[in-house]
Amino acid sequence: MTAMIDVADAKKTFTMHLQGGIELPVVCGVTFQVNPGECVVLSGPSGAGKSSILKMIFGNYRCDSGRIGIRHRGTVIDLATAEPREVLNVRRATIGYVSQFLRAVPRVATIDVVAEPLIVNGMSRADAQARAGELLRRLNIPERLWRLPPATFSGGEQQRVNIARGFISELPVLLLDEPTASLDAANRAVVVELVAEKKRQGVAMVAIVHDDEIRHLIADRIVDVTSFAAAA
Amino acid sequence: MAEQNPVENDEPLLIANSLSKSFGRIHACRDVSFELYPGEVLAIVGESGSGKSTLLQMLSGQLAPSAGRVSYRMRDGVTRDLTTLGEAERRFLFRTDWGFVHQDPAQGLRMAVSAGANVGERLMAVGWNHYGRIRDTASDWLTRVEIDVARIDDAPRTYSGGMRQRLQIARNLVTEPRLVFMDEPTGGLDVSVQARLLDLLRSLVAELHLAVIIVTHDLAVARLLSHRVMVMKGGRVIETGLTDQVLDDPREPYTQLLVSSILPP
Repeated sequence: MTAMIDVADAKKTFTMHLQGGIELPVVCGVTFQVNPGECVVLSGPSGAGKSSILKMIFGNYRCDSGRIGIRHRGTVIDLATAEPREVLNVRRATIGYVSQFLRAVPRVATIDVVAEPLIVNGMSRADAQARAGELLRRLNIPERLWRLPPATFSGGEQQRVNIARGFISELPVLLLDEPTASLDAANRAVVVELVAEKKRQGVAMVAIVHDDEIRHLIADRIVDVTSFAAAA
Repeated sequence: MAEQNPVENDEPLLIANSLSKSFGRIHACRDVSFELYPGEVLAIVGESGSGKSTLLQMLSGQLAPSAGRVSYRMRDGVTRDLTTLGEAERRFLFRTDWGFVHQDPAQGLRMAVSAGANVGERLMAVGWNHYGRIRDTASDWLTRVEIDVARIDDAPRTYSGGMRQRLQIARNLVTEPRLVFMDEPTGGLDVSVQARLLDLLRSLVAELHLAVIIVTHDLAVARLLSHRVMVMKGGRVIETGLTDQVLDDPREPYTQLLVSSILPP
């Protein structure tokens, strides 16, 4: 089976020029693969570099060296060296990122925030909104809120809107950064279901989850990030 | 849309090649090169005096470079060096295929004529002559930029700052340009008015598949609107890349300083 994500010997260091140029090693030698339909959970204590690895896979953080291979439309693109345009293409068609926090766009209605990834990929607004409505309903966002921008919602509501937006896409790779962090039990269960559905559709996922129970329910494999600890 | 015409979109719309500009002994801009593709939004950020406005003027053919050149792919598909265009050709380009949104709307609008005429004027410049159609199109555009059509016969000097800026945008977009230059478009506006304008710009740019080169000192504007950013300092481009990459993982000392100077929301 060909991996969807193939990270090889990736390394990341921050150089803090405003603090006298100190070097902050984050991770090195990061190597793992993720196959279609598989959910790999990154584990390790806070500060071990789990989020940094996720951001490197998304092309949000640059790598000092190594390779972030992503299978995109049948060919493998190395996001560590790709041009900005290529990275954007990969994000549009292949790789999605569900963070804990919604970066709210002012004035855009919740239903449209959720529907947008489908519209960008060519679905009609009406169909996209119908799909968005289904997901919002599953995630227990009351219909009376759908027409409002999510900026004023509670933290948990915003997170669920963000999850809906992340899971609505039909992208073959999903990165999940603590998707269940501030959710109640009922909504955590919905997220577990959504992850299971994505697996059946062959989506490759990398997740960070602190909740042991959830980790147990979604992980096919655990990658221990402490083994990538960079020498300080 | 990008999918429909991959061949066309695989060629740059504008190419800047080693652009430099000196004023006497001052090097305002040194050796800037990049390519801009259709539908791509590029933000040029930096402090005042970094050379970003000089660069924008060269890119838009308003200032001749001391060295280097700017090429543009015309609507007929032929890429041409801007300096080889005649004055009439250049003016035509400016009225049709390009837009320029100034920080001060008074520079981009005619303040004493009606809003409808401000928008209609660009259509007349490209040969429209049917009054009813011009007025209908102008009304459409006022609606798109969220200006009450009842204000169509009022002159922009009676408009608020935010409305003027939205009118300037309508005037620029009515001819369906492929490339729009923007110089601090949210510069002099209140924060709440800025947010509304940014939101409007963001959706129009995506809907119309516009290529944009936007000069701003506001990194939040760059983050919201642009795909790619170029950081300028002392006339040079010191860092460039995907917008979220440069802002979340800045490499150069100066970019780190800029990013760390943003007040938390």
